[in-house]
Amino acid sequence: MAADAPQRIGPCAGTLDEAFGRTLAELGGDLSHLVVLDADNAGDTGARYFRKSHPERFLQFGIAQQNMMAAAGGLAAVGLLPVVTTFAVFCLRAVEQARLSLAYARRNAKIVASHAGLDAGPDGGSIQSFEDLAGFRAIPGMTVISPADPIETALATRAILEFDGPTYMRTGSNSAKHLFQDDHRFEIGKGRILRDGGDVTLVACGVQVARALEAAELLAADGVSARVVNMATIKPVDSTLLVRCAVETGAFVTAEEHNVHGGLGSAVAEALAQLSPCPVEFVGIRDVFGTSGEPEELAEKFGLTAPHIARAAKRAVERKRNIAGRRKNFR
Amino acid sequence: MTLNIRSISEEAAPTPAQDLEKLLAAAALFVRRHAIASIYHAGSGHPGGAMSAADLLACLFGAELNFWPNASDDPDRDRFVLSKGHAAPALYAIGAHYGFCDSRAALGLRKLGSTFQGHPHVLDLPWVQASTGSLGQGFSVALGMAMGLKLKRSSARVYTLVGDGELQAGEVWEAAMCATHHQLDNLCVIVDFNKLQSDNRNDAIMRLEPLTAKWRAFDWAIAEIDGHDIAQILSTFRRAGATHHRPSVIIAHTTKGKGVPFMENNPSWHGSVKLTREQAEEALLALGANRNEITEFLDADGC
Repeated sequence: MAADAPQRIGPCAGTLDEAFGRTLAELGGDLSHLVVLDADNAGDTGARYFRKSHPERFLQFGIAQQNMMAAAGGLAAVGLLPVVTTFAVFCLRAVEQARLSLAYARRNAKIVASHAGLDAGPDGGSIQSFEDLAGFRAIPGMTVISPADPIETALATRAILEFDGPTYMRTGSNSAKHLFQDDHRFEIGKGRILRDGGDVTLVACGVQVARALEAAELLAADGVSARVVNMATIKPVDSTLLVRCAVETGAFVTAEEHNVHGGLGSAVAEALAQLSPCPVEFVGIRDVFGTSGEPEELAEKFGLTAPHIARAAKRAVERKRNIAGRRKNFR
Repeated sequence: MTLNIRSISEEAAPTPAQDLEKLLAAAALFVRRHAIASIYHAGSGHPGGAMSAADLLACLFGAELNFWPNASDDPDRDRFVLSKGHAAPALYAIGAHYGFCDSRAALGLRKLGSTFQGHPHVLDLPWVQASTGSLGQGFSVALGMAMGLKLKRSSARVYTLVGDGELQAGEVWEAAMCATHHQLDNLCVIVDFNKLQSDNRNDAIMRLEPLTAKWRAFDWAIAEIDGHDIAQILSTFRRAGATHHRPSVIIAHTTKGKGVPFMENNPSWHGSVKLTREQAEEALLALGANRNEITEFLDADGC
């Protein structure tokens, strides 16, 4: 008797990957120029839905991400709409191809990366990616997006396909909290206030948005009024909204599953430093590599959970008060 | 200073093969002279690889590519990608010769404000088809074009010129494997095999041989030719166009610095070098330019 086939550890229902993949497959009907590129990851990314719905436009490149990334430039050059799919860490391998053959040539190509941040969990430090936002954010003309839940991912998928220009978007293969309803709106370059508050602004992207909302609850119980901003577009960052939050709350926490160098925190700090300086605390990976563990365990280990965000918020509020106090004494 | 080739080639009567070869040889000579002049004016540039590629580029643009300045955005045009982007002076020269760009403007090579950058950029010059210069990538871009054109059921072909040193890049072999897997018989890679690279001979830097065996192992249709023999280049392109289900590679044996005796086979003329007035004049003389032509090239206004 033949042994049962091994159970595939693929994406589970309710993941960002699934939302992305189902949307792509659905839009593939109308968008006859849409092609999806894969580097033998489709079993674990949303690309598997498109492979099934439009096999003739599913292009296999094998484990050769540099060739895949640059070839997307050629596909775009002849009028197709290429979507490059693989893990975030393998996109890093092809940053230079994305730079020259996509962004420098202003090709209308989309990069969608799963297994970003702690998403690769038990695969360990080799496969976890805390550097991708920094790498892609530094490329001129590259739009960088990290949606927070499946509904937003579906909307962001539509938005990047409608947008003319190279984009990098993070998804994820673990079950994500549902934060939004069907009436949710997504616009590239716009942050959204999900919860209002006056003492501090928590700016988050991706899976950290759910943790920031949880942190705001914890803070409310301690008498701190926290505003939560979903900054789904890391580049261009919504500096108008950030200035407004600076004026109205005067203190910030950024929260991301990424190195504190170069990602959302840096984008927020760069904008505030130039436009409206105020205290910022950074919740993220503190310039180290990952290790094996379930994503939730790793979030605890690396200090990314709601209590960590809440503690950072209190530090930011404290710094704001100290600065205000010093100013008062100086007068 | 641009020869009026198109008006001749568009004559109703078929051009005898020998006349075509003469025209292409003249085009190649123009490429060499123009590249020497533009590199002289720029004060830097890679002359060796521009000289070695001149005959291949002349045959591509003058006889092989279905690509015309007055229809340069035709979706079914053939594409050419200069993957060895440092040979840009030769690409600009052949473009000038066949009317894709202005010959005098192309002498502004590498200058601030010029669209003729040190390496080709598609937003500056759409007819160059791709931005190249980071070796390995142009091949992948050409492969993406070939794949896309097949999907669109276009009969257009895609050609890319790669350097021999470029074959040391892993991405090249990723693309080589991918092209046979997808049976891209509309893709033709030409290797400018001049045996020299930036610092030294290929075999001193990183051995390429057995090169034909490598391409054979990747299951490409292979031709090995003299990259300066115009008749041979033309007949090889015809054979490459007739392959089915397999991409084709033309390994073109060339001489680095071809046509300029003091540059030939001397790796010190590969890298970005400065040409003195005397060297530029000596090179142009060797390329058969007369005094008037030399003055016209080297004293061009605004250069």
